[in-house]
Amino acid sequence: MADLLLTDVAKSYGSVDVLKHINLDIKKGELIVFVGPSGCGKSTLLRMIAGLEKITGGELQIDGMVVNDVPPAQRGIAMVFQSYALYPHMTVRDNMAFALKIAKKSPEEIDAAIAKAARILQLEPYLDRLPKALSGGQRQRVAIGRSIVRDPKVYLFDEPLSNLDAALRVATRIEIAQLKEAMPDSTMIYVTHDQVEAMTLATRIVVLAGGGIAQVGSPLTLYEKPENEFVAQFIGSPAMNLLPGKITGTGQQTTVSFEGGGTAISNYPSNDADMGAQVNVGVRPEDFVEAGEGQPYAFEGTVDITEALGEVTLLYFEKQNDADPVIGKLAGIHSDLRGNKVRLTADPGKVHVFRDGESLLYRQGGLEKTATTTNLNVSVH
Amino acid sequence: MDNIAGSKSSLGWAVQISVVLLVVLWLFPTVGLFVSSFRTADQISSSGWWAALFPAEQSEVLRTADPDDERQPDGDMFVVAGNLFPEDSEKTISTWGTSARDVAAYTAGDTADLGDDGMLTVNADGSYVWRGSDDALSGRGERVFVTATAPPEFTMENYENILFRGGTDDMAKAFFNTLTVTIPATIIPIVIAAFAAYALAWMDFPGRALLIAAVVALLVVPLQLALIPLLRLHLGIGIGKGYLGTWLAHTGFGLPLAVYLLRNYMVGLPRDIIENAKVDGATDFQIFTKIILPLSFPALASFAIFQFLWTWNDLLVAKVFLIDATGETTVMTNQIVELLGTRGGNWEILATAAFVSIAVPLVVFFTMQRFLVRGLLAGSVK
Repeated sequence: MADLLLTDVAKSYGSVDVLKHINLDIKKGELIVFVGPSGCGKSTLLRMIAGLEKITGGELQIDGMVVNDVPPAQRGIAMVFQSYALYPHMTVRDNMAFALKIAKKSPEEIDAAIAKAARILQLEPYLDRLPKALSGGQRQRVAIGRSIVRDPKVYLFDEPLSNLDAALRVATRIEIAQLKEAMPDSTMIYVTHDQVEAMTLATRIVVLAGGGIAQVGSPLTLYEKPENEFVAQFIGSPAMNLLPGKITGTGQQTTVSFEGGGTAISNYPSNDADMGAQVNVGVRPEDFVEAGEGQPYAFEGTVDITEALGEVTLLYFEKQNDADPVIGKLAGIHSDLRGNKVRLTADPGKVHVFRDGESLLYRQGGLEKTATTTNLNVSVH
Repeated sequence: MDNIAGSKSSLGWAVQISVVLLVVLWLFPTVGLFVSSFRTADQISSSGWWAALFPAEQSEVLRTADPDDERQPDGDMFVVAGNLFPEDSEKTISTWGTSARDVAAYTAGDTADLGDDGMLTVNADGSYVWRGSDDALSGRGERVFVTATAPPEFTMENYENILFRGGTDDMAKAFFNTLTVTIPATIIPIVIAAFAAYALAWMDFPGRALLIAAVVALLVVPLQLALIPLLRLHLGIGIGKGYLGTWLAHTGFGLPLAVYLLRNYMVGLPRDIIENAKVDGATDFQIFTKIILPLSFPALASFAIFQFLWTWNDLLVAKVFLIDATGETTVMTNQIVELLGTRGGNWEILATAAFVSIAVPLVVFFTMQRFLVRGLLAGSVK
């Protein structure tokens, strides 16, 4: 139930910069998800907000108050750890009561808070059990309950679902979404490496990479209008295809020609100075459609492997020039395409153009950039 | 894939045999001591302790009651009846005879025809009936050579001697002296070491690594090095010889291992739990008392057992820091040393004294051994 403002926040261990230039304005009631490849510092950033790691540069404000040097307990935050971090020698009830007892709340208040949290999380039958007698999902709920009873300004979740099995993960994810809906005023920050969690839960996603922010935006903004090649490839699975080509037509629409003879038209605007520039055209596998006989096509290749999943078929094309193999995702079953030459094209609205790794949409005069780092040569895979 | 974790080593039998051998090696003297402490001096000198566990066969020469005094008329004959053994004897006769040349001529219950001397029946429980004419039953009682089996015989006398009679053999006082030394000498270092271990494991302060290194370095310092300087210090500052000085000495000598053991255990506790407690608003002291201490119980128990056992068995520190000419503060180890001097030949006294002194460690070991094992493994296996 608070605003968070991160201004030029940085973290370094000695001379190694882990994070720098982190600028974020988190509004009350938002659920912000930090995603990024391993080692991008997303957990570190969360721990800095929690007060478990020292902030070595910049300023962190919670509700307008600078809290850089305020100990964790006084920041009004509650954290749910990946390992649940339940106190193994205490019952569920005592686990939830711990923070309140430390805060010297009256027994009635404590009982009321626990009863409320237990009801929300359906933990009532387990209140007198020890954590070791609970299943993984129940433990996770206790960990969440422990933060709910404290009624914090900001909830912090550090990969809370990564220790659960796949089925439970989906169920718990939905529970967290419902929990958020039940507490519309609470601010939550959620760290994950799971894209599905990010896309389904987030109000806004913060993609972290290379020690900085690669893009901040709503899940669909990130999917539809990625700011740079990194975000384009990080969001979505399989990753977006990048096809190198040359701009041969500019204006409200941009035309790019490829060496293999194909051309792609994008709704991205370009100016005369872009004429002839080397660019990467990004097309998501699911946006490819088969080009009809004699129609213009963007890409032509021989299908190396097909993966028929029923509703869709994944086509893996033969590698060209050491690039990652192009992947297409066609509706229906197309196992018979293996070994064939296939021509693909895409709707101009779904063709992305990147020059020097940056999307043409976010240039001067276009959409506002949110990235704070240009060091994005991080491998997505 | 199966059979990897749970498979039996092909050397399983060797392990089993080794375990059995070790157990026997360890049990043999302990049980021997235990059994000997219940035997009389005569029994100890005549047979090994293992013989005391089984019924012993012994040959005895006994004599029936004198007919002149005891015979009863029975018709025209006379009868002497009675028991060869004293009243509460539990011996059982297997064979008997009336001549030294053939001591096993009859089995129990047989009736022997003694010719001129009448008829003699001896039963297994030692009762006999001797029947004969006026002539036959006269003079002294009949000699009977018996082979009898005596059940194991034990006595509590040794324990009464050294625990309740007082005097120079008194172990009771020494027992309480030892307790007086041991209990504070176990509790004080644990309390100090637990605090130190938490700080060394979870609090950031400059020089922490150096301190840990110093603790590890102290582990290898032999305590003999410190005996004389410490005693001079104690005498110099007025503690002198006494319990306080002994507690301090045991505390000092025990601390390096205690700190090291507990710190290693605590540092292995999940960081998330401690950080979560910090987020929950707990101070370091609250984290220590409410989270760390309960979770460190196995390590605390294991060190407590160690410290208890070796302060219990300690002689050196007690000799240097505690025992003076009055003998009021003599601990058990020292008492046994003195018994060795004064009662060197009385094995029953020595065995009993020794068993009194190991009884408590045995109880501690058997009741707490699960903590001992768990505490030792702590940190090494995750």
